[in-house]
Formats: sequence, C-alpha cells, structure tokens
Amino acid sequence: MKLHNISFGNIKRRKGKMLFLVLGLIIGISTVVTLLSITESMTVNIEERLNQFGANIVMVPRTQNLSLNYGGIDVGGVNYKVREINQDDLQNIYTIKNRKNLSIIAPKILGPVRVKGQDVLLMGVIFDQELALKTWWHKTEGNFPGQADQVMLGAQVASFLNLAAGDNIHLFETPFTVSTVLKPTGGPEDDAIISELGAAQKLLGKQGRLSMVEISAFCQGCPISELTLQIAEKFPDAKVTAMKQAVMSKMQSIEMFQSFSLGVSIIVILIGALLVLVTMMGSVNERTREIGIFRAIGFRRGHVMQIILLEAMLLGVVGGVLGFGTGNLIAYSIIPMVMKDSVFAGINMNLGIISIIMSVALSLLASLYPAFKASNMDPSEALRAL
Amino acid sequence: MTQVNHLIEIRGLKKTYQSGDTTVDAIRQMDFFIDDEEFITIMGQSGSGKSTLLSIMGALNHPSQGQVLVDSLDLYALSTEQRADFRSEYIGFIFQSFQLIPYLTVLENVMLPMAVTGQKKKIKNQMALDVIDRVGLAAKAHRLPDQLSGGEQERVAIARAIVNKPPIILADEPTGNLDSQTAGEIMQLLQTLNRQGHTVIVVTHNPEVTQYATRTVRVQDGLCFV
Repeated sequence: MKLHNISFGNIKRRKGKMLFLVLGLIIGISTVVTLLSITESMTVNIEERLNQFGANIVMVPRTQNLSLNYGGIDVGGVNYKVREINQDDLQNIYTIKNRKNLSIIAPKILGPVRVKGQDVLLMGVIFDQELALKTWWHKTEGNFPGQADQVMLGAQVASFLNLAAGDNIHLFETPFTVSTVLKPTGGPEDDAIISELGAAQKLLGKQGRLSMVEISAFCQGCPISELTLQIAEKFPDAKVTAMKQAVMSKMQSIEMFQSFSLGVSIIVILIGALLVLVTMMGSVNERTREIGIFRAIGFRRGHVMQIILLEAMLLGVVGGVLGFGTGNLIAYSIIPMVMKDSVFAGINMNLGIISIIMSVALSLLASLYPAFKASNMDPSEALRAL
Repeated sequence: MTQVNHLIEIRGLKKTYQSGDTTVDAIRQMDFFIDDEEFITIMGQSGSGKSTLLSIMGALNHPSQGQVLVDSLDLYALSTEQRADFRSEYIGFIFQSFQLIPYLTVLENVMLPMAVTGQKKKIKNQMALDVIDRVGLAAKAHRLPDQLSGGEQERVAIARAIVNKPPIILADEPTGNLDSQTAGEIMQLLQTLNRQGHTVIVVTHNPEVTQYATRTVRVQDGLCFV
C-alpha cells in the first residue's frame, strides 16, 4: 500500500468527475496543438513555395557600374572596376548566426566562349545545387550533366547553334559532349551553355573565382532582410540583395495568425486551468471525511498534498496525451479548409512531449490550492463531519 | 518518594468553542490519568464533551488550556507534523460508523496506516493479513467495504487501528451502529486486544459497554468524574 494506490483508487471511483477534468485538459491542449500544427503546416507550405520560386538572396561582386537595363533590355554598361568573389571565401557564409536557415547555395561563374564562330554565354554551376534551386528546369532528351566533360544547353543556344543531346562541341579547343538541352524557360539560361563549375572556371581562366552566388534561405523566426545583413557582413566586397517576392508577404499573414493563435491558446488554457481548479476543489470538499481519516491515522500534511497532486499529475498525463492526439486529428481535418493547397505537416513528437509537460504543469498548478487546502484541513473539523 | 509515570496524563484541560456569538465550554476542567494496559470507558450523554476529550487525547484537537502528556510527551508542544507522526506511532483510531475508504479493499483499508511508514511491501502485506486473520476476516481480505456486514466493517476498522501495533487504541462509540450481539463480539475483541497489551479507551453512552472496562471515567457538562 502506497500513496499512489489511494490516488488511483480515487480516480477510479470518481470516473465521471475525473473525466470532466480530463476533458477540460483535452480541450485546452488540443486547441494549442491544433493552432500550432496549423501554423507549422502553413510555414512548411511557404517554405516549399519559396524553394519553388528559386533564390531569394543574390550575392554579386560589388562593381562601380551604372545599370543600363530596362525591362530586360540591356543596352550595355560602363564598368569602372570589376571584382569577383573568391570561391574559398564562400565557406564564410556558414559562420553567420542563422546558418541553419540556409537551404541552397548555388555559386556560378559567367563568361563568354566562342562556339561555331559565335560568342555565347558560358555558365559554370554546381549541378546538384543548381538543379535543386531551379526546379523549373526540365530537360528534353538525354540526362543532366554528370561529368566534367559534359555540358547542357539552353533552348535558344541549342536552336541557334543547331545542336542536340549527344553532339560534341569544342569550347576553347576542349571537347565537350552535350548531355541534354533544356526546355525553354524564358530565363537567362535559354541563352547559355551550362557546364560544371570547375571546368568553366578553367576554360575562362578564373580558377577559384565566382561571378555570383544565388542563395535560397528561409527564416521562420526572422525577416529575410536580417539574413541578408548577416551575409553582407561576412562579404564586404559583395553586394547582397534580398529578392522581393510576393510569397514573403505570406509570412506576415502567418505571423499575424501566430499572434492570434497565442491569444486564443492563452484564453483556452486559462479556462482549462479554471476547470481543473473547480473540479479539484469539489473533489477535496467531497473528501473532507476521507482526508480527516488520513490525518487521524498519521498522514502528514505533505502526504495529503502528495495524494492530490499525484492525481492531478496522472490526469495531466492522460489529458496531455489525448489532447495531443485530438489536436493533431483536428489539425489534419481542418488544414485543407483553412489554407488552400496546404497539407498537414505531420505529427511533431517534440510538440507531443511539450503538450504532456504543459498539461501536467497546468493540472498541477491548478491543483496546488485545492491540495494546500486539503492538507491544511483541521483533522478535528474534518472528523466532526464523521 | 518515587514519581509514578502514567501513560496518559490530562492536566488542567479546558476546551471552548466559538459558535456564532456564543462561547461553548466543551471541556470546563479535566484532570486525570490513564495507565498502561488499562481498558477505560469514557461514559457520558451526547454533548457532554466525551468525543472532544477523545480527539484531544488523540492529538487531533488543540485544547484551549492545559496539557496532555503521553509517555511524558507534551502533545500540544509538538508541531503539526510531529503530532501526525505521533498519531502514526502511538494511536489507533476506531471511528463511529467504521469510516472505511469505500474504494479500497479490506486489505488496502487495513494497510492504509502503513502507507506512510517505511516498511517493505512484503512485510506490510504480511502484517495486514495477520491482523485481518486476528479479527476473523481472512476469507474476505479482498472484498470492498460495501460487500461486508456492519459487524465485519467494524472488525476491519479495528484491524486498521491495530496494524501498526500502536500502544493506545481510541474508539469512538464502536458499538453505536451494531446490534447487541455483534456489539458484544466487538467489545470482546477489544477486551482481547487489551489483554494482549494495548491500552484501550472507549467513548460511549451505552452503560453495557462499561462491563468490559477495567475503569470508567464519567463525563458530564465538560467535567470528569473518575
């Protein structure tokens, strides 16, 4: 016989009341879990969209030139001094505070090459990074380049030079195989020959140099401008620009929803706590006689508190587990209704642990006063009720 | 001259209650002692102060004045928690109307006082089964209180009171809810416990109960007549 046997026994005897108390906890916890799950799913959705949109930060060498470009029509510029980014310095990007938010880093080198008597733009890239970033790149036939002696052609270049997958070309007298031709994208890659970064650097005589770096980053807790500033600090000779994208405004909506969720969660949790408090007070008042007996047979005040708080803890665990399950179920059902094209982000086990801890803490806090009252009950007063 | 140490000494005891605007003198003045292994009945009419006296002797009710010494220990000089420990070690209570915990089995009810003692589970179990056997309920150890008769419930209450082997048993109207035959059996059981070394103090208004006692203290209007 231990104190917990008394707690278990009382829970079993007062099933109805205890169910009511657990229900209060379930409502509180499931509301918080539902709102947090919706916010998380929205964030994941935005993150995926951001990745689909490509880079959201671009780093280029700082040049003192005047841009003579309007609406995509380039009429030339006056370069006073052209600098390039040192490829070895790129590692510094991983020393920024929010490095975990960097998703894709795609460095590239640009330069002209002559093919069949024509000047063509050569772009050297790291294919793994570039293809992850440019999800809208689709090949026609063949495969994306997997070796240093393979290149990929933009649709415009292939058509202009009359080249197709499997053809051989010479760039500065170095032989290359065309592994595939991209479908038209409407972007600058339509006019470029794309090769592996190292090979392009060698051809252009720019070993260890980079023309630009495209970065895909996502920062849930901080604005993208903050990330841009952090990168700019590490690369004083580069110009780091955040690309304004429509999707960014969605983040603001999420932030507003987060604030709303927090407000609703606090209210629901307070109501849940009140419910636990009232039920526990009722339970303690009903058990006056019982508590009197416990005290008379030698239970200390601490023992009585332990019995009540142990009950609260057990119910808190049950409320937390069921609340977490219910919250996920509700979130799974209503996310497609709340946000179009969004899907449930999945069960977050960390949130599960937090839910149980929160439920237990809530139940214990709300039961502190009833437990204190029970333990301070005058045994002679309690026995007068006998 | 040698000083005699009594098990319980009541000295200059007074207890007043506040009931609305009026002050009620539950105990006006009491001085008496009880020796080890005595069987005492405290007789009195309803409202005479006998139950208040019992609760004060049981370290449950702070007197307004006076001292209660048990084994030379001044009970009301102790802290609240020390008094709880005292009750656990020294006192076995038998309440009016049995007062068993309805959701615990006979065995669990009997083991209740041991929930706060440090013995091993196996020892606790054995001690509880032993006392259940002593009160003749071995076959019903796993029943719930509402599956027992009044007399059987009273036996469980007695088993619970003696399981920790307390030197003093305090019983408040133990026969109040029983028929005369069962009441006789219960009083004989208490008499047996007294013979086995427990000091038994029974509060009652039933004169028949006094025949089992070695001494009777009469209580009337908050005064005692030894």
